[in-house]
Amino acid sequence: MTDSAGAPPLTQPLQDLLARFEAGEPFALARSISLVEDQAEGFESLLHALHDRLGRARRLGITGPPGAGKSTLTSALARLLRDAGETVGIIAVDPSSPFTGGALLGDRVRMDELATEPGIFIRSMASRGSHGGLSATTREAADLMDAFGFDRIILETVGVGQSELEIASQADTTVVVLVPESGDGIQAMKAGLMEVADLFVVNKADRPGADRLKKEIGIVNSLRTGGPQASVPAHHGVDLSRKSRPTPPPEPIEAWDPPVLMSVASSGEGLPELAAEVDRHHAWLRATGSLQSRRAAAAAEHARIVLERAVTRRGAEAWRAWIEEVGDDAGLAGRSPYETARILTARICRDAQ
Amino acid sequence: MRQVLDDPMDAGAELKAELERRRRALAEVEEALRQWEASAADTPQREDSDFSTVSGREIRPVYTPLDRQAFDYTRDLGMPGEYPFTRGPYATMYRTRLWTKRLFSGFATAEETNERYKFLLARGQTGLSVAFDFPTLMGYDSDDPLCEGEVGKCGVAISSLADMETLFDGIPLDKVSVSMTINGPAIMLYCFLLVAAEKQGVGSDQVRGTIQNDILKEYMAQHAWIFPPRPALKVITDIFEWSSSHAPLFNTISISGYHIREAGATAVQELAYTLKNGFTYVEEGIRRGLDVDEFAPRLSFFWDVHNDFFEEVAKFRAGRRIWARHMKEIYGAQRPESWRLRTHAQTAGVTLTAQQPHNNIVRVAYQALAAVLGGTQSLHTNAMDETLALPTEAAVRIALRTQQILAFETGIPNTIDPLAGSYFVETLTDEMERDAEAIFSEIDELGGVVEGIENGYFQARIASAASRFQKEVETGRQTIVGVNEFLEDDEAEIEILRIDESAGESQRERLAKLRDERDQAAVDASLEKLGAAASNDQNLMPPMLDAVRAYATLGEIRSTLVNVYGRFKEPVAF
Amino acid sequence: MNDKKIRVLVAKPGLDGHDRGAKVIAAALRDAGMEVIYTGLHQTPEKIAATALQEDVDVVALSVLSGAHMTLFPRVVDLLQESGMTDVLVTGGGIIPAEDAETLQAKGVGRLFGPGTATTDAVEYIRAWFTDRGVGRSTE
Ligand SMILES: Nc1nc2c(ncn2[C@@H]2O[C@H](COP(=O)(O)OP(=O)(O)OP(=O)(O)O)[C@@H](O)[C@H]2O)c(=O)[nH]1
Ligand SMILES: [Mg+2]
Repeated sequence: MTDSAGAPPLTQPLQDLLARFEAGEPFALARSISLVEDQAEGFESLLHALHDRLGRARRLGITGPPGAGKSTLTSALARLLRDAGETVGIIAVDPSSPFTGGALLGDRVRMDELATEPGIFIRSMASRGSHGGLSATTREAADLMDAFGFDRIILETVGVGQSELEIASQADTTVVVLVPESGDGIQAMKAGLMEVADLFVVNKADRPGADRLKKEIGIVNSLRTGGPQASVPAHHGVDLSRKSRPTPPPEPIEAWDPPVLMSVASSGEGLPELAAEVDRHHAWLRATGSLQSRRAAAAAEHARIVLERAVTRRGAEAWRAWIEEVGDDAGLAGRSPYETARILTARICRDAQ
Repeated sequence: MRQVLDDPMDAGAELKAELERRRRALAEVEEALRQWEASAADTPQREDSDFSTVSGREIRPVYTPLDRQAFDYTRDLGMPGEYPFTRGPYATMYRTRLWTKRLFSGFATAEETNERYKFLLARGQTGLSVAFDFPTLMGYDSDDPLCEGEVGKCGVAISSLADMETLFDGIPLDKVSVSMTINGPAIMLYCFLLVAAEKQGVGSDQVRGTIQNDILKEYMAQHAWIFPPRPALKVITDIFEWSSSHAPLFNTISISGYHIREAGATAVQELAYTLKNGFTYVEEGIRRGLDVDEFAPRLSFFWDVHNDFFEEVAKFRAGRRIWARHMKEIYGAQRPESWRLRTHAQTAGVTLTAQQPHNNIVRVAYQALAAVLGGTQSLHTNAMDETLALPTEAAVRIALRTQQILAFETGIPNTIDPLAGSYFVETLTDEMERDAEAIFSEIDELGGVVEGIENGYFQARIASAASRFQKEVETGRQTIVGVNEFLEDDEAEIEILRIDESAGESQRERLAKLRDERDQAAVDASLEKLGAAASNDQNLMPPMLDAVRAYATLGEIRSTLVNVYGRFKEPVAF
Repeated sequence: MNDKKIRVLVAKPGLDGHDRGAKVIAAALRDAGMEVIYTGLHQTPEKIAATALQEDVDVVALSVLSGAHMTLFPRVVDLLQESGMTDVLVTGGGIIPAEDAETLQAKGVGRLFGPGTATTDAVEYIRAWFTDRGVGRSTE
């Protein structure tokens, strides 16, 4: 049974949770995020029920190599925003162990002083080894924070893989943090970090080599964008997506040239400048209409992933039923894999009716 | 005219014959070893041990002269009290003066601890060692809300000069040497002590004792820090500078491996990290423009004494040799006092077990023996009940008696460095020196100790050594009597000491009274001066002494300095 | 598709800096497949409760070696109750005399592990508790 909008109705406990969520209980937000992470029964219905509340929050992605100071920077920035009266939701993603599935999530150590700050909510998330799934989960967790009413959402991810880049690129503004330690600039290029940056931050500017790194980034960046005057869209100029991802509408002529900032996150130096540049980028997004187009593209991509997730789930269910039906013969039974798949696809379609 | 040597052919032949004799002697040993190995290979070995040390160092079944071919007595050992001090920092060692028997204690309030001190002094203890409670160790006043439930729990609460005066009431500070285990707020407690002595009429030049004051190992292991590493090093150098002219009898730092080891490091990590910390302090002093021979003689060390007997003895010996070589050859110190490493030692708290606690008495005795054979200058023996709670008086007495039996009944102190020349112990000593040097190079590559701390290098190394050990215990590869082997069903309960909750209350009252009675304007003015000195990068000792004289509290001084220096937050390392 | 992970907050309340035990247990729980949130030293009970809530953990494991266990454990339990986290297991370890452990258990604290306990004991205890509790987090 589905309602007019296509989602099954909420069970009673979920309705209660929704009521508490709408009443602004942090507990309800926390538990809703857990339901999303666990892909628990009914989680999509819950998200669906909250969908109308989305779109208020400004989303900021912070990514960069391990240990670059992302959490320290996130913490300092959140402090600054909070002091300016804004509420902030933070999602910090760390990798799960591929062997045990466990994870040690330590980002909160650097955000310690925000732990009891009213108006700030921090959630640590493990990547749980899912590929496209991770960006969907983090997006949905961010959606929950958005629906809950936070003004800003900061998403911290370690910039080491494709999925982290995808997470970063769903944000309105993506900050890439680099440090003047050996070969970071080169690492960043290899990891594709340069492509997603709206802003660069050279953190640990108290260490030697910061100026050089800043120059390097500037050079690489102008090569990539064809120089500051060029009219090439700076963001999403490189296709991170799969073939099926809808092409974003062309961005306006007046291009954004990613600035390179310096900071010492541990002492707060350079943070006001960062906050100001984030604002400037946001103003640019608005003025040029990129905000809307960018969000639309991200929403479309999300819809595609939700679809894929649904199909995969149905596929898995159908496969389980099939195994029960035919037993150990599943792979044989005189059928070709193509015939098996055809039968099952037909069943999935029938069941979905 | 060419000088004609008498019969050069003859001298050459003699030398040749001697070399030949030695070669043959070694060949004989080599042959004997081969045969021994061949026959040993047929004999089954025990399976309950992998014959490595507690730290995972591989140990061979037998050591011979073959291991000692490059040995050079004068270069590697020298006489006791002589460079490179491998055999001991003093010429006559325990024949002149036995090690100081120091038991670390302190609990609840200054009054109660003062009574315990008097009890210990009356029973033959020769120095006092102050254990502070956690609020004091972190620089908080007892009435700070953060300290709820912790005041007086694991040591004595000292929040101001007034508490320090009570702590040493009736104890002459020019006669009894006082060792204070304090690091983050070391400068504050040092000033409390100096002014308390001043009030007894004892000048700073007569006060004897030690402050631990080793902040680098706090970042690595113990975690009682306040400021970030760089300002913390600056404050320590202030203490060196001031003390070299004002408190020449005071040991201004006790560079400590104890906590590094207790946090799970191996013996050689303890050795290398600690010495490297020591070198870092020396470099800071030199950078400040101090004469290395002025402050180096006041540096002292503090080792852990763990279970692996010979490895521990070798650690003490290697430590002295490495320190001497670096101080002389790298830092250009001229005075032998700057080269010689003097050390305190404490039996390893982590080796005590909550199960069958009486066994701890035996563990402590073996560890104490290793420390004495290693040539320690002072020793703390743990009480058997310390994994359960603070020690009872009865348990402390046994710990003290353990040292007295060692000193007066065993005959051990009669001979200096009796293990010298042992094929095994000398080889182990050499190996530890080599391994430590390799670790020094690794740290240099990181950019130094501070950089290593900031990026979590030490913390990660220590943590992984700790997990390795834990796994060995859990898989039974490392036997711990009473814990994973030789268990008992019903263990006899032992009596434990309980600290009542009243310490917090009485401290709060004392502080309220103090704040009420003191001259607040004088306190404010003195703190302002202190803050200004910190901002202007001046030596903090003189303004700090003034603030203490005005009865500014520990927490007040801490906040004043945190406003200038900031705070430290640890890197996460597993 | 329910992919329920056990989430554990490993916290060090109080002023002592002995985090070896906390780190060893955090690593052991991770190796056992749990998601461990580690918040560093010197946590106040208020911070611990707020973190447990935001992170929606199943278990709060406290390591207390400072002797302040009789203050810290009950305070954390009370704060969790107040914020509606009624289905959280509060467990932990440290130097805690048996008598104190009993008193704490009567106040709603779970099993407490003394020095020398194998990490596997703690892992198994948490797993068993989690399984007993049923399917996982409730929605209310
Ligand atoms: N010297 C210096 N150290 C910094 C600065 N910012 C952060 N750090 C230190 O760098 C280390 C790592 O900082 P984090 O904020 O945990 O870095 P991260 O990028 O979040 O690390 P992961 O989440 O583990 O990838 C910590 O020890 C910080 O104190 C800075 O500007 N200067
Ligand atoms: Mg981080």
